[in-house]
Amino acid sequence: MANAQLGEVALRVPPSTVQIPKLARFQLHEYVRSRRFYALIGIVVAIGAILTTVIAYYRTTLTNAGLLSGGLAFYGTFWGGGIDLVIVLAAVFFGGDAIAGEFQNKTGYFLMGLPIRRTTVYVGKFIAAYLASVAIMLLYLAILIGNGVVYLHGGFLPWQLGVSLLLALTYLAAVMGATFLFSSLFKTSAYGFVLTAILFLFGFTLIEDLVVGLTNLEPWMVISYAESTIGNVFANNVNWGFGATTSLSVGRMRLFNPGIGEGLVIMLGYFFLTAAAGLFLFEREEFT
Amino acid sequence: MTGPSIEVRGLTKRFGAFTAVDTLNLKIEGAKCVGFLGPNGAGKTTTLKLLTDMIFPSAGECFINGISVQDDRKRALSSAGTLIESPEIYPSLTPTEALGMVADLRGIPVAERAERIATVLGEVKMSDWANERVGRFSKGMKQRINIAAALIHDPEVVILDEPSTGLDPRGMAEVRSIVRDLKKSNRLIFMSSHILSEVTDVCEEVALVNRGKLLFYDTLSNVVARFSDGNSAVDVRFARPVPPEVVGPQIARLPGITACTQLDPTRVRLQFAGGLAAQEKLLETLVGLHLGVVAVSEPESALEEVYLSQISRGD
Repeated sequence: MANAQLGEVALRVPPSTVQIPKLARFQLHEYVRSRRFYALIGIVVAIGAILTTVIAYYRTTLTNAGLLSGGLAFYGTFWGGGIDLVIVLAAVFFGGDAIAGEFQNKTGYFLMGLPIRRTTVYVGKFIAAYLASVAIMLLYLAILIGNGVVYLHGGFLPWQLGVSLLLALTYLAAVMGATFLFSSLFKTSAYGFVLTAILFLFGFTLIEDLVVGLTNLEPWMVISYAESTIGNVFANNVNWGFGATTSLSVGRMRLFNPGIGEGLVIMLGYFFLTAAAGLFLFEREEFT
Repeated sequence: MTGPSIEVRGLTKRFGAFTAVDTLNLKIEGAKCVGFLGPNGAGKTTTLKLLTDMIFPSAGECFINGISVQDDRKRALSSAGTLIESPEIYPSLTPTEALGMVADLRGIPVAERAERIATVLGEVKMSDWANERVGRFSKGMKQRINIAAALIHDPEVVILDEPSTGLDPRGMAEVRSIVRDLKKSNRLIFMSSHILSEVTDVCEEVALVNRGKLLFYDTLSNVVARFSDGNSAVDVRFARPVPPEVVGPQIARLPGITACTQLDPTRVRLQFAGGLAAQEKLLETLVGLHLGVVAVSEPESALEEVYLSQISRGD
């Protein structure tokens, strides 16, 4: 440092552990005021409205099928079967351009001229995108609980819903990690949006089917396989462990069901690997 | 203690086979305004991006106040305010919020924050827009907020990359006025530009680059003198028209004058030898003639001539 006064200025800059939540707060503020946030709220409300209408219209059929017989069946079907779409949409909306947008929109030049580490920017933006997505997930959950109160004649919530919510939050972390990786990989936001949406809506499911169909092996390396634990939690004979259970389908194809512990580990593995790879890329990316 | 400083040592940046910055060495010390000149593609912005760690050098290193930007960007940039490539500000934020974020990340105490934000918004004449969303602003307004963001911590080093580029004439004049007001006794301003009048207007020193190489770095008057056969020049403006019979016999014959050209009825260009000492004496004598001297400035065209001759020599 050239002199004492400059030393004081440098000392005032907070450590990264303090800068991260500060940056995350402003990013979250930006998300909450953005059109995309309200667009996603609109989509989730529309999904909720369709769901409510369908349940109301086919109430008898659904009751006969046992889907309205109790909380496990209800939430297993409508939460377990729908939250993955909400998660992927939220990750794409909030994470798709989180890094690429800094280059494409030139907002990165505003941020990167500050005394702040790139890791701080990456983690701060990740936390903001994650929290914005959690808000959307909770909105979907609130709509479902509202339906549950009406159609199950009470506010009974099975404890498995809490476990499923934790698994869903882990899945969100994994999807967001992948989204940030793709966003770091390209300087154009659209690539990140499209790649995340294709992979998580269709791609991984296709790969999972191919792995099982062609090799007859457990597709433990595919995240869509692990994601199925979010709904499996509501089953009667839950496998809480790390090994998969198998069964045969009608076409005598072997079916695998991951244990809850195994699914959790796979999702955490995806999260750590993709988040670290994305950070590695961002640390080396140039604002040319 | 040497005051604020910027230094680049052996700085090189290659993009594939193209060398944008070529073994650049430059050391600037003390409170002053230094213009970083060069034609488009000369390597000005690339150098400033290297200096702010937005891109990484192929070789060499940059220092701000003696701290390596490449080794410790956070400490190096802590005492600097930067404006590179006319950044976009998050459109949903208001200037108060955007500057609040910058103040927060720079660790400006909460008690001082509101006052600092109000001060810098006042300096860039954006106080009336403090609570409007940035997304609705014109390019010039955004640029002023960017300058405010660079100043919020009262930095000792200010790095500006073509701050008035892309603005309309009024916006350019406003930004130039802001930059002129930035000059303080303890502040070093390093400003890239290809607008020579802007540099002549606000800078005391200039560094010229072309094809990634530094051609020279010196005071404005030395540069003009060095590249004009040892002669310096000033443009003198009078309150009233000066008749040719006064210019010839009286002004042109003052001691040290090597050439005297009447530019228009109220302006005269004087060329003289002897550097600053001669200039001081000459102006004293000129004022003593009571011809109504109201302004003296470095001629824009002098720097332009140097600029063009040096750039064309490199081409």
